[in-house]
Amino acid sequence: MWIAVFCLSGLGLVASLGLGLAARRFAVEVDPKIEALERVLPGVNCGACGYPGCSHFARALVEEGAPVSGCMAGGEDTVLAVAELMGVEAVIGEKRVAVVLCKGGRGESKTKFTYRGVEDCKAAVIVSGGDKACPHGCLGLRTCERVCPFDAVEISKDGIAVIDPEKCTGCGICVKECPKEIIVLVSVEKRVSILCCSREKGSEVRKKCAVGCIACETCVRVCPFDAISMEGNLAIIDYGRCRVCGLCIAQCPTRAIEGRDWPFPRVEIMDDRCTGCGICTMVCPVDAIEGEKKEVHKVSEDRCVGCLLCIDRCPKEAIRLRAPAHSASELAA
Amino acid sequence: MAKLLLLIIGAVLVNNFVLTRFLGICPFLGVSRRTETALGMGMAVIFVMTVAAIVTWIIHRAVLTPFGIEYLQTVTFILVIASLVQLVEMVIQKTSPVLYQALGIYLPLITTNCAVLGVAVLNVQKGFTFVETAIFGFGASLGFTVALVLFSGLREKIALADVPRVFQGTAIALITAGLLSLAFMGFTGLVK
Repeated sequence: MWIAVFCLSGLGLVASLGLGLAARRFAVEVDPKIEALERVLPGVNCGACGYPGCSHFARALVEEGAPVSGCMAGGEDTVLAVAELMGVEAVIGEKRVAVVLCKGGRGESKTKFTYRGVEDCKAAVIVSGGDKACPHGCLGLRTCERVCPFDAVEISKDGIAVIDPEKCTGCGICVKECPKEIIVLVSVEKRVSILCCSREKGSEVRKKCAVGCIACETCVRVCPFDAISMEGNLAIIDYGRCRVCGLCIAQCPTRAIEGRDWPFPRVEIMDDRCTGCGICTMVCPVDAIEGEKKEVHKVSEDRCVGCLLCIDRCPKEAIRLRAPAHSASELAA
Repeated sequence: MAKLLLLIIGAVLVNNFVLTRFLGICPFLGVSRRTETALGMGMAVIFVMTVAAIVTWIIHRAVLTPFGIEYLQTVTFILVIASLVQLVEMVIQKTSPVLYQALGIYLPLITTNCAVLGVAVLNVQKGFTFVETAIFGFGASLGFTVALVLFSGLREKIALADVPRVFQGTAIALITAGLLSLAFMGFTGLVK
């Protein structure tokens, strides 16, 4: 019996010794940077960076010189951490979030037929473009909800995909996956969106959906910054010009335009600084500022839409936001 | 020479490890969805099984028989095979990263592949010489690879076919494996 014990333990010892030596002899040196990078990356393997997964991206960062700002999903913190590890200056792009450009839920929009197939937008689209009468309507069959690695998409009770801007990282997977191509990435600062993609005539849109863009051009006229223009029969916001004043939101007859946290914060004039020059009354697009020349001006709370134009123009810096949700300098930039 | 050739043919076709001896069924079903992975696994098995056959034969001759502890055969062989696979994995990772990428994930699987243990035990049972052992180990693993690649080809075709609902998935895979096994029975009597 002792022979058996000795032989087996001897063999085990030899094997483990051999393996131990081999592990040292054949140790593969992995760049410690790659491991450190893998730790700071989100690890969701969403693929938005263009590599199959986070560890591939980490390797590409070190070996192929992939851009440090490549990780969309991790946001600012990840980019900063990656840049620090790589020893370069971080260039932070604006945070973007996905927005579903449709708000015509089951209650507001009409259907062509009853779809009883696989619960997947891509499958439903094959059946004559899905059951919605509007060819650009959100089908709400959870394709984007399923692909989102961050649980940011939820299908509302009304059957419309709604993206939570807090959870959304702007990875853009849903944008690619949506068969209706109605999801876009918008800077998180630009909180106004025209939630309609239909380029059909206004009368057609009205027949099919209660909350679609009917091309009345009210928003185009009302926008103080000429940021909205018509493309075919659809109003489009030029985010380069949009100042997030929210005037169009208030004026849209079909409520197709929506703003996050709307109404936006208004401005007020600091009495001690105002000299009554009257410049603000001239720039205000909604005539919300009143007052006699050379006297302290007042902002009408009802009319002010918070476009912040006056803040930029006031030579005495006498105007400020009442509820500072986003700073004026950020918007001005 | 003729004897060695017959040994290979016998191991590959007549007494195929998977289809006639029913050893190594787990990877046979597990990694046969795509021909590419099947081939990768097959190559890894050929490598490990040949080396394992040789090493276990040496251990049996040099350690187990002289001390009269042949009854520890199974335990010892498993120990040797497991550490051998580990060693092979390390060496491949160091010397050929490309091969490691290709075989990497399959190598640890082979540790528990009963075909490897089977070939070691059979070598002892049949009283093979050293050269015969090496040839038999190689032939047996070649047979395993042939069966795996053939089967994966069939499964790739079946994946596109309209399989009745009751047979879908593992059921049709097992039926196919059975038919393939039947086909290999046609080789019975080819050798000996």
